[in-house]
Amino acid sequence: MTTVRVTVTLKPSLLDSAGRTVAGSLVKLGFDEVKDVRIGKVIRLQLETYDEARVRAMCDKLLANPVIEDYTIEVEP
Amino acid sequence: MRVAVVRFPGSNCDQDALHSLRDDLGIAADYAWHEDRDLSGFDAVFLPGGFSYGDYLRCGAIASRAPILDEVRRFAREGRPVIGVCNGFQVLCEAGLLPGALMRNLSEKFVCKTVWLQAGNRSSLWTRGVPDRPIAIPIAHGEGRYLCDEDTLKRLQDRDLVAFRYVDRDGRRTPEANPNGSLDDIAGILSEGGNVLGMMPHPERATNELLGGTDGRTILSALLAVRA
Repeated sequence: MTTVRVTVTLKPSLLDSAGRTVAGSLVKLGFDEVKDVRIGKVIRLQLETYDEARVRAMCDKLLANPVIEDYTIEVEP
Repeated sequence: MRVAVVRFPGSNCDQDALHSLRDDLGIAADYAWHEDRDLSGFDAVFLPGGFSYGDYLRCGAIASRAPILDEVRRFAREGRPVIGVCNGFQVLCEAGLLPGALMRNLSEKFVCKTVWLQAGNRSSLWTRGVPDRPIAIPIAHGEGRYLCDEDTLKRLQDRDLVAFRYVDRDGRRTPEANPNGSLDDIAGILSEGGNVLGMMPHPERATNELLGGTDGRTILSALLAVRA
């Protein structure tokens, strides 16, 4: 069994309104070193067999929206 | 003319849509289920608002991969009328039937109110009955900020595929009139052929004076003019 971690993030050029709100809240809590927050999604897949091309296809077909999101694929040790 | 109102698990404007079409506009309409694979007997598709599949992953993402979408694609390809309202618009974008994406409102708030829209196109199947004045249509969404890349925006603008823009009561485009931060104040867009319309505002909630207004009729009554 292979565990694969897919991390989906908004494209850097897009405004992350949720991240901006969280950043504002952190600063209000006194963490004024916070300059920016970006929020993404982590999707962990348990796979019987691992084929990177197939995981990439899963991302392209469903897990990420290429119009607004980027993704990375990592195999967990 | 018979309209299929598609129900996904989590749709919640399906009854409004059916009621509006049948009782306010006198158009034959019936429900279709997201797992149906055959829409023969129908002439148009209405993808209603709601939270299909709980908005899991992304709004409209799972619904856009549902079995019935093959039929919706066929309708779109054959030039038949397809409308997606609110969550239905999100489904059409996720399915690639319309370009772009809908993101969280800039305010991070769910916005529920009546807005004013100005038609950017008044010659398509869906918009030819819309008057050249602001129309009042309700919105109710948390993720309605339309976004697309620059090339797509230019194409939408050059080919008059922006169906509706948010304006104020006097038809002016102002930051205050845009309820979600949509690019170019876009509230709805059309496919190249003009037969697929996606919009965040709810025309089916504005087809009866008792419910506050009838401007939604100027959009949905387009179906009356379509030959079955």
